[in-house]
Amino acid sequence: MPFAVAGGLLALSFGVVAQNAGFTELAAIAMSAIVFAGSAQFAAIAILAQGGTVGAAVAAAALMNSRFLAMGAALGPSLPGRALRRAAQGQAVVDASWALAARGDGSFDRGLLFGSTAIQYVTWVGGTIAGALGGGVLGDPKALGLDAIYPAFFLALLLTEARSGRALGVAALGALIALALVPFAPPGVPVLVASLAALAGLTRTARAEAQEQQR
Amino acid sequence: MSTSAAVIAGCAVVTATIKAAGPVALGGRELPGWFTGVVVLLAPALLAALVVTQTFADGHRLMAGPETAGVLAGGAVAWKTGSVIGCVLVAALLTAGLRAL
Repeated sequence: MPFAVAGGLLALSFGVVAQNAGFTELAAIAMSAIVFAGSAQFAAIAILAQGGTVGAAVAAAALMNSRFLAMGAALGPSLPGRALRRAAQGQAVVDASWALAARGDGSFDRGLLFGSTAIQYVTWVGGTIAGALGGGVLGDPKALGLDAIYPAFFLALLLTEARSGRALGVAALGALIALALVPFAPPGVPVLVASLAALAGLTRTARAEAQEQQR
Repeated sequence: MSTSAAVIAGCAVVTATIKAAGPVALGGRELPGWFTGVVVLLAPALLAALVVTQTFADGHRLMAGPETAGVLAGGAVAWKTGSVIGCVLVAALLTAGLRAL
C-alpha cells in the first residue's frame, strides 16, 4: 500500500514531466495506462526531451525493462499453466510487486504479486491523470522537487527489502558499476550491466544460504 | 502517426514482450540452486543502479545537486523508520527547499 501511494506521487510527476517532452495530456495518460512501466516511461520521455528519436526512446525503454527478463525468469516456476498463460501472468511484474512477492527463498507469492500490482495500476494511472490535467496549476515540477520522487521511491524499496549484509554489498557494487559506466554507455545500459553484481550469489556461501532458506 | 503515439506503441510492445519472455523462457522448470542465489540478489543490484543513475548522473555527466541531498535524506528516513511515503515526501520537500534558496 505505501508503495502504491508513493507510486501515485511518482505518476503525478510523470504526468507533469511528460508534457515538457511534448506529450499532450491524453498521450501522457494513455502511456501510463498502456505501458505501465515507470522507469521505462521516464527513460523514454527523457530521451525525447533531449531531442532523441522515437527509436532511441523505445530502445532506452527496452533497456530499462530488460531487468523484467531476469525478474520474470525467476518468477516462472511460481506461475501455473502453459506458456501462454504464464506469459500473460508475467505482465503483472512491476518492481515493487515483484520485490514484495519474493519470499526470499527464490519462490513467489502469486496472489500478493497480482494484488499489489492491481492497486499500483490504479494509483499509477490516477496519479498520471492528476499530474497531466493539474500540471499547469502545480507549476514547475523541478521547483516542487518532483524529480526526486522517482529515485527516492526506489531507494526506499531497496532499503526496506534488502537488509542482509550480502544484499547491501551487492547493492553497493551495482551502484558502483552503474556510476562507472555513466560517462560512456548509452542511457539504460549502466543499469543493465549493474545487474552483473548479482553474480556474487554464485559464491559457495551464498548458494548454501539460498538452499538453506528453501528448506 | 505522431511522435508520442509511436513512442507509446513501441514502448507497449517491448514492455509486453519482455515481461512475457521471462516466465516462458525457462519453461517454468524448478530453478537450479546457483540460479536462485543470483536471482535473490538481482533486485538490490538493479534498484541501487536505478537510484544512483537518477541521483548522481545528468546525461553522461556525474554530478550532485539539490535532488542528491533530497534523495539521501529520504533514504535516511526509509532506513530509520521504514516509511516509503515519508522517504518520498522528505526527498521532494528538501529538494524543493534547496532549489528555492
